Amino acid sequence: MAAQEALLRVEGLSVRLPSGADRALAVEEVSFELRRGEILCIVGESGSGKSITANTIMGLLPRPYVEPVAGRILFEGRDLLREPEPALRALRGSRIGMIFQEPMTALNPVLRIGEQIAEVFDAHGRLSKKGRRERVRDLLASVGLPDPDNLGDSYPFRLSGGQRQRVMIAMALALEPAILIADEPTTALDVTTQAQILDLIKHLQRERDMGVMFITHDFGVVAEIADRVAVMQFGKIVETGTARQVLNDPQHDYTRRLVGSVPAFEPPPERPRVEGEPILKVEGLQKTYITARGLFTKGRRVSAARDVSFEIRRGETLGLVGESGSGKSTVGRCIVRLLDADGGAIRFREEVDLNSLSGRKLAPYRRHVQMVFQDPYASLNPRRKVGRIIAEGPMAHGASWKEAMARARELLALVRLDPSAAERYPHEFSGGQRQRIGIARALALDPELLVADEPVSALDVSVQAQVLDLLEEIKQRLKLAMLFITHDLRVAAQICDRVAVMQQGQIVEYGDTRRVFAEPQHAYTRSLLAAVPGKEWKIPEVARQAAQKQKESIA
Amino acid sequence: MRDFWKRFSRNKGAVIGLVILFAVIAVALAAPFLYPDSPWRMVQRPFLAPMTVEGFWFGTDTLGRDIGAGLAHGARVSLLVGIVSTAVALLVGVTLGALAGYYGGLLDDALMRFTEFFQTIPNFALAIVLVAIFQPSLTSIVLAIAIVSWPPVARLVRGEFLSLRSREFVQASVVIGQSNLRIILTQILPNAMSSVIVMASLMVATAILLESSLSFLGLGDPNQMSWGYMIGAARTVLRQAWWMSFFPGVAILLTVLALNLVGEGLNDALNPRLARKGR
Repeated sequence: MAAQEALLRVEGLSVRLPSGADRALAVEEVSFELRRGEILCIVGESGSGKSITANTIMGLLPRPYVEPVAGRILFEGRDLLREPEPALRALRGSRIGMIFQEPMTALNPVLRIGEQIAEVFDAHGRLSKKGRRERVRDLLASVGLPDPDNLGDSYPFRLSGGQRQRVMIAMALALEPAILIADEPTTALDVTTQAQILDLIKHLQRERDMGVMFITHDFGVVAEIADRVAVMQFGKIVETGTARQVLNDPQHDYTRRLVGSVPAFEPPPERPRVEGEPILKVEGLQKTYITARGLFTKGRRVSAARDVSFEIRRGETLGLVGESGSGKSTVGRCIVRLLDADGGAIRFREEVDLNSLSGRKLAPYRRHVQMVFQDPYASLNPRRKVGRIIAEGPMAHGASWKEAMARARELLALVRLDPSAAERYPHEFSGGQRQRIGIARALALDPELLVADEPVSALDVSVQAQVLDLLEEIKQRLKLAMLFITHDLRVAAQICDRVAVMQQGQIVEYGDTRRVFAEPQHAYTRSLLAAVPGKEWKIPEVARQAAQKQKESIA
Repeated sequence: MRDFWKRFSRNKGAVIGLVILFAVIAVALAAPFLYPDSPWRMVQRPFLAPMTVEGFWFGTDTLGRDIGAGLAHGARVSLLVGIVSTAVALLVGVTLGALAGYYGGLLDDALMRFTEFFQTIPNFALAIVLVAIFQPSLTSIVLAIAIVSWPPVARLVRGEFLSLRSREFVQASVVIGQSNLRIILTQILPNAMSSVIVMASLMVATAILLESSLSFLGLGDPNQMSWGYMIGAARTVLRQAWWMSFFPGVAILLTVLALNLVGEGLNDALNPRLARKGR
């Protein structure tokens, strides 16, 4: 990685936001350069301006609402900010390629894969028809897709998320661009797929000696792939340096806090065995989805849960870990009875089988099993004040308005929000604060079991750490049992006493967190653990301390 | 609320529409004071052109009835029919749509086939048949218009409910044990209301047009002076006496236009997704 020529140089770039936004400039005085043959990671939390930077380079800003107001973007001797649209169009795709976050929506569903890739050549007037077909084949092979000869003739719906992302990469690389801009390309993918895509990007970058600008919020990914790193906060770059420097010896206080908030990925220390009585016993739970059944079609059967059994004791956190589609959320939803299981038993406190109850008989038990939802933006009714949202639970179980509101204020204090928050609407709060409100709502009914379905996966790392701590503390204080559903093994390692690993509706491994992480028995568990990005990287002590200090100052 | 006005008033057309609408409402309310006599009474010589005799600025019709009085009293009928029939249509449409969207499954299928049954018959033809069967009167006209206009409401509300009921905040209220009725009324409906309100404002406009068309064909309430009836009665003398159909025509145009403009403004103010996108 000797000093190479700079392919792209951004100098003093500022981008204005429309009036009424939370700050005047989305990106302020940002300068960096991207050299040939390196991967530059731009890291930051949501709203830090990293995607706006990428979109400015590509000329994809929603002008005139968001407009660059100062600076230059130099690429091959030209200032991209001053080039007319046709010139930019010629550059896009041919000299600068871009891949996006959401592979499921980035491909046109009614065009064959091959045609879509060929469109890139078409748009830039390259190659004959026959040449295109061959080139498409080569591209599909180069991004490691199976059966490249015939794959070009299939439609996008036949491909998985990871395969679609490979197609997107093939399209971005079709004209051999000098620069590839990747905006969170692996965020929507499962860990094992993510690991493959990261490998692929790294491999192609080496092979073609490209400059890659890789935008991410995940420090694990940074550790895995970056040569150099730029850290953004509130639209400014606060630190740049080689990956080794930034990851192991961060200088800026913000970088330290951010790095320190990343959950460590190492077999967690032995936890004391939880001796409470079992709160929940799930025995042989079955759930099959039958989709697309019509008058004349038979319908597709998908087993989301096959013979799932586990138990949770008072004071214990059981992690349900797996990739998307493994059925972990289905199991959680069956337990809180949002879904009806097809078979098996959900025994609550040895007393009742929740699965056999419904309607009026179920109602009194609902309060004992509560849920924290994934998306803090969708889980609160936007037209209700926060106090009312929390108070609705107790009121549904017969408390008076006054009692319920008093309880809501207490709970807001418990989740470290000001009790005056009760009088405000959800949109006035940040993602982390909303998730606290969601936790308060779940606690309002004094449940004995909390089902947390990916409660932190929509949050930024620093906020993630706070919410995890809060959950842990509340569990200890109220002696709750918790079922913690997550796809993130780092998070699972941090918070769970025991974990159950799910694959295709079955629990393939089940045991103490330490044992599962240190000596995984099942092949699938091993491949999951191997795919965690940045697993070799040890989080430096300075960063840990900075994050700890931050936490204490909030508490 | 202040936010709502800010967004509403950003749409200049909507403000103009609101002003016209208030003017029409004011005239409707003031009709008994402006023209205390029945609009059916003959008060001047027939075929009196507008602006010729003081006090009869809009002229008179073929029988010497004051057109101004007809306009003012017609406004009452038009607005009344528009608002009441929309209210009835909303009651039916929102209820059926909410049930279909919330419970889904067989109930949804049954209710939607029932809705489609009404949608397959042309609106106006059905309204004519209904009014003809029940004898023309204000009640039968209101009912007929309501019966032909609820299906789109039901479909809209069903769609909103389908998407809202899978949202996490609705699932959360299932988990905390709220009853279905409570969830429908307090969690989902308020969130579906904005599109319903926008649609309702446009429905009032359509209802006024339908009422005018029915009266034009002579199917209006024979005891109520209405704009549609005035045009219908004057159409044979259109070339000799333009004002007899012109003024009620303009009244219909302005009222319907105002309602459409207000509907647009409500849409901007209540569904500010487009405005938010820029942030």
